[in-house]
Amino acid sequence: METLEHIIAEHSFFSGLESYYTNLLTGCASNVRFEKGTYIFREGEEANEFYLIRAGKVALEIFAPQRKPIMLATLGEGEILGWSWLLPPYQWKLHAHAVEPVRAIALDGKCLRTKCEQNHDLGYEILKRFAQIMEQRLEATRLQLLDVYAVGK
Amino acid sequence: MATAARTDPMLPQPYSVRQVVKETADTFTLTLESSNGVGGNRFQPGQFSMLWVFGVGELPISISGDPANRAQLVYTVRSVGQATHALVSREVGETVGVRGPFGTGWPVEKAEGRDVLVIAGGIGLAPLRPVIYEVLRNREKYGRLVILYGARSPRDLLYRKELTAWARQRDTQVLVTVDYGGLSWRGHVGVVTTLFKYARLQPVRTLAFACGPEIMMRFVARDLDTHGLARENTYLSMERNMKCGVGFCGHCQYGPHFICKDGPIFPYDRMRPLLEKYEL
Repeated sequence: METLEHIIAEHSFFSGLESYYTNLLTGCASNVRFEKGTYIFREGEEANEFYLIRAGKVALEIFAPQRKPIMLATLGEGEILGWSWLLPPYQWKLHAHAVEPVRAIALDGKCLRTKCEQNHDLGYEILKRFAQIMEQRLEATRLQLLDVYAVGK
Repeated sequence: MATAARTDPMLPQPYSVRQVVKETADTFTLTLESSNGVGGNRFQPGQFSMLWVFGVGELPISISGDPANRAQLVYTVRSVGQATHALVSREVGETVGVRGPFGTGWPVEKAEGRDVLVIAGGIGLAPLRPVIYEVLRNREKYGRLVILYGARSPRDLLYRKELTAWARQRDTQVLVTVDYGGLSWRGHVGVVTTLFKYARLQPVRTLAFACGPEIMMRFVARDLDTHGLARENTYLSMERNMKCGVGFCGHCQYGPHFICKDGPIFPYDRMRPLLEKYEL
């Protein structure tokens, strides 16, 4: 059976991180499951964790008044869900909806924030990794906004 | 007379419409057969024809059928203007003029012994479908076949039944994503580049073929570069306003290239400097 420490150490998101740090992260980690149709988090709620998705699919949704929810993106196996835990005011900006049964590792953001404040090297490593994900998602969103398949484009 | 007709690339040959299939609300697949036996049905995956709707206009359309089918030519056309609307409105038995096939094809033979990565956006799946047919027919010659397909919404997806059938083939992975998924959509939502992480690519043994809107291909090629795929192993299908189809008129000039004659298929290492130029 794979241990949490092994899964975290082997995950590409934590690639290159010293084992001392992966041990620290493991101390903040737990296995979680979400049934299909449940919301992992909702907009406006406190953001105190993030997730390494191990299986299943999560839809990031946004609501607008008098409209059905709009699915902005889906995340699947191997991907990171959630970065609002990292930045004040530590509130989710979107809904995360399990559109398939989801298995994930939850990392306690409060615990991690404290460890990052105490150890800035760890904090920098974590921030670098999240910055890369933010950059990739921002670029994908820009391309999505261009609506490149529309007639005349 | 027949010899002259066969050798004159400017002379359209009459083809009869055998079938029209509605793929989406605005996209149709036409199957044509030569009316006089003069037209050539041999083509390489990625080549295109000039299709005449007599009295309306002529259009460059990629061939989307099976290269092994020597009896017919198949085209998938999106109705976006007067000429394309007239083309997709042809009834079975009506005549369409065909010139070609023209241009360079996807270098499918270079992919032998390697994994084949097909990346399509929107109607860009049509010029890539012959590659998929070719690889699936000669399965033992190739490694994995990975098809990544992005469309605007679920209702804009082409060849739905075939996508499902291809996904069932051995060593074949088909991933589909849409930019805007409705509530009933259970697949991926996001641009086609977001599928790379699920594709289990082995860049050193992969040849990539991409077709879609140019900006999509620019993002795709750049991301493949980041993933370690050599630029000369990524091929793009370029598009410009084509008129003669044989490099006479210069309408489709793109930097030093004529898309109709030197392309439409180019390796990324040759296209990269041009893709980054403004207003070209």
